[in-house]
Amino acid sequence: MENLISMRNLGVDKINSLIELAENIESGKVKSDMTGKVMGALFFEPSTRTQLSFETAMKRLGGEVITMSGTKGSSLEKGETLSDTVKIINQYSDIIVMRHPLEGSAKYVSECVDIPVVNAGDGANQHPTQSMLDLYSIHKTQKSLDNLKVCLLGDLRYGRTVHSLSFALGAFNPEFYFVSPEILNMPSYILDELDDLGIKYTQTDSLDNIVDDLDILYVTRIQKERFTDPEDYEKVKSSYVITPEILSNVKDNFKILHPLPRVDEISVEVDKLKCAYYFQQAKNGVYMRQAIITKLMENNA
Amino acid sequence: MKQLKVDAIKNGTVIDHIPAGKALKVYEILSSHFKKVTTIGMNLSSKALGRKDLIKIEGKEISTRAVNRISIVAPSATLTIIRDFEVFKKTEVHIPTSIRNAVSCPNIKCITNFEEIETKFTRVKSKDVSLRCDYCERLFTLNEFEV
Repeated sequence: MENLISMRNLGVDKINSLIELAENIESGKVKSDMTGKVMGALFFEPSTRTQLSFETAMKRLGGEVITMSGTKGSSLEKGETLSDTVKIINQYSDIIVMRHPLEGSAKYVSECVDIPVVNAGDGANQHPTQSMLDLYSIHKTQKSLDNLKVCLLGDLRYGRTVHSLSFALGAFNPEFYFVSPEILNMPSYILDELDDLGIKYTQTDSLDNIVDDLDILYVTRIQKERFTDPEDYEKVKSSYVITPEILSNVKDNFKILHPLPRVDEISVEVDKLKCAYYFQQAKNGVYMRQAIITKLMENNA
Repeated sequence: MKQLKVDAIKNGTVIDHIPAGKALKVYEILSSHFKKVTTIGMNLSSKALGRKDLIKIEGKEISTRAVNRISIVAPSATLTIIRDFEVFKKTEVHIPTSIRNAVSCPNIKCITNFEEIETKFTRVKSKDVSLRCDYCERLFTLNEFEV
């Protein structure tokens, strides 16, 4: 593995080996040492959580981080091409982590530089480290990724995270339930691809009849900015609020995940329940990113 | 006797059955091959297509592989190699498994529309013929390409 650009074609073996490495880093079995190494964190688009998670991961490995956040006042604003910008960062650092609003930008950057590139989100396309930390969280709580009943709920239309996750988990024979208001249904180009891959799914607008059978409920925020009519937003937002009442009969191994930030789609009452896993999920992100950095630097050594 | 609107060529290539109006786009994609005398016919009558365009290149044989780059623009095109006024070989255009720098990506948020990058699409086996952009990973059917 030279770069981590996309979950597409990453393959079961690489997924499993990253999960195993994250487990071993978390348990202390593997000590990875990045002393003297520098991560170039290029956040052309702000993302507090992902950026901090990566910085924490690199610092816990003993490495250093240089960060560019936003493009205001930068050479890009002066008209420098993305390719020139990253070729400079290539001279300063040992690995690049980047988020950029344009789709395909991380792949392009990986062709411009000779150090590993990690995609931390390229527009609406991919966010593979989020998918990997989601898989790690699912694996940790279910002891396996195989044959799970997984419900993705909320904004399935624009949510890059859920698109990525549906393909990533798709390799492990899941049974998917897609629950969303009609206006935010999973896009047809994603459904067509899932059909081509033979991945089973059911689309519905309500959680009521399925929640008791689920292993994982993956909730995403319904974003207000996606609605042109504020009335439409008000109508749908409250119909997808997870409360303790809804969860009264869930299975013992059932867990709720959420990529965060949350607004009100999971009531704070739920936080106290043992099925609430979203804060641990964020912590798992650091272990998974430590594993990803370690794997890429190992191959580049 | 059938009156040809454009002269027959002795040796060279005829790209025929180009959808009417697309000849100039085909010319643009294959421009590096058109150093020789080239005749472009537009809106000629055609049994199969009603109207069609046609390009003749005198003294140059263009390979099927090169011509396949026009398959998104002109999926119905045929390629005929002429030797000594006779048809030497006739093939249909096929969409190759990988197609470089022939069309721009229809996704307006794709990086290839912002930096100087050769576009690359990979053919995907699906219900319909579709192509995936190697950069933004979006899947497009042929009619989504602005050609």
